[in-house]
Amino acid sequence: MELFQTPLYDLCLKSGCRIVPFAGWEMPIQFSGLVNEHLAVRKKAGLFDISHMGVIRLEGSNPKDALQTLVPSDLNRIAPGEACYTVLLNEKGGIIDDLIVYDTGSDNSNQESLLLVINAACSKTDIDWLRRHLEPKGISITDAKQNGVLLALQGPQANEILEKVCNESLAGLPKFGHRQIQIKGIPGENATSIFVARTGYTGEDGFEVLLSANAGQALWKRLIQEGVTPCGLGARDTLRLEAAMLLYGNDIGPDTTPFEAGLGWLVHLEMPSNFVGRSILEKQASEGIKKRLVGLKVTGRAIARQSYQIFYENKHVGLITSGTWSPSLQEGIALAYVPTELGKLGTTLNIEIRDKLHIATVVKRPFYRRN
Amino acid sequence: MAFNFPNHFRFADSHEYASVEDDLVRIGISAFAVDQLGDIVFVDLPEVGTTLVRGNSFGSVESVKAVEEMYSPISGEVVQRNESVLDSPEELQNDPHGGGWLLLVKPSETDQLQELMDAEAYASKVAVS
Repeated sequence: MELFQTPLYDLCLKSGCRIVPFAGWEMPIQFSGLVNEHLAVRKKAGLFDISHMGVIRLEGSNPKDALQTLVPSDLNRIAPGEACYTVLLNEKGGIIDDLIVYDTGSDNSNQESLLLVINAACSKTDIDWLRRHLEPKGISITDAKQNGVLLALQGPQANEILEKVCNESLAGLPKFGHRQIQIKGIPGENATSIFVARTGYTGEDGFEVLLSANAGQALWKRLIQEGVTPCGLGARDTLRLEAAMLLYGNDIGPDTTPFEAGLGWLVHLEMPSNFVGRSILEKQASEGIKKRLVGLKVTGRAIARQSYQIFYENKHVGLITSGTWSPSLQEGIALAYVPTELGKLGTTLNIEIRDKLHIATVVKRPFYRRN
Repeated sequence: MAFNFPNHFRFADSHEYASVEDDLVRIGISAFAVDQLGDIVFVDLPEVGTTLVRGNSFGSVESVKAVEEMYSPISGEVVQRNESVLDSPEELQNDPHGGGWLLLVKPSETDQLQELMDAEAYASKVAVS
């Protein structure tokens, strides 16, 4: 299969990255080294090419009401300039994808629009699903990225650095806030309008920026000049896992509901709107769930990786969905599904790692929280 | 990235090296393999006295990114293992051809050494991979 390259492919190679195939794209897995990149994001600032992700625009007379039929989060809680994390659900209440919905307000002709950032690997199924359900409601579904660039600038210094580069204060932009800003002084570009959102997938303060290929290349170079560390998918994974943010395909999928995945906070059953999967979620809300996602700390240095088996009193009780060595905490961490009764904090489980059982303890998520 | 593979080392396809020291053989993994693995966090080695069979797994090395089995480049008996690498895997990271060695083995079939690659052949193998 032919793999796509992002507009930043050549610049990433120049920065010395190693490339791997990921969700149909050739993406940088690491630059200077996973741990170095990871710690740069925790202490300073790191830059990720995430142009493989899908960016979809929903447009029409009331896209929010239309999308509301597919997600369990009350979309009326977000106003123009705000955003929320939510999931698309199937009829079984399982997760088709997790995504961020940005309310981008209305234009002069009273057309309202939403921007959705979705997983690269789910792009096709998501778009088919959205078309099937929303086009009959008069909502247009278009590609908002259009071979452009999506960048993530993450870390405690991200704000300061982006303000310097854009010459504009971002103090008024809260978490999950977004707006168009004019960016000047990027070589080859006049003042360009770019979409900046205070969102991310690292557990740090930071921004995700959507812009044209040319502007994206210029901004990448500019940020690298400012001393930002280029980071690959390897560090992106360890960062998100420390923050206990879920990875679609590992930790969530069509057979896990938001309640099972610990995402009950994004389910708003108190709203009257019906949405696909609602009856299953109502049933789970009243009757409880059989399995649940837990955070684990693993004793020793061996890493509990995806699909490693979990035992409790010699009985097989579940599988690891994600696991790594945490560079920030210097210990093994993992996410897993276990029967609900084994999900209590402090429960001791055994994980089989290459024929040996290792002790793991159920702990609070996230594993890492920024100060 | 260019690597320096000592001339007296012999290498297996799976990136382990064997270095003859009198009647013993020192085993480790190549700087190329270490670089590919990235940040190493854990090394698992067999106990002293274990019998190694050429081509069979004798342990594993785990980085944040991945875990790889290690395969014995020769058959023999483990007479010593590098305890300090078990405690601080960064020694393997920093000096795989020196202080980051893994096992000292009494070989049972010294002829097997002839079947391993010399440093030059190994260098050209990893240069194209």
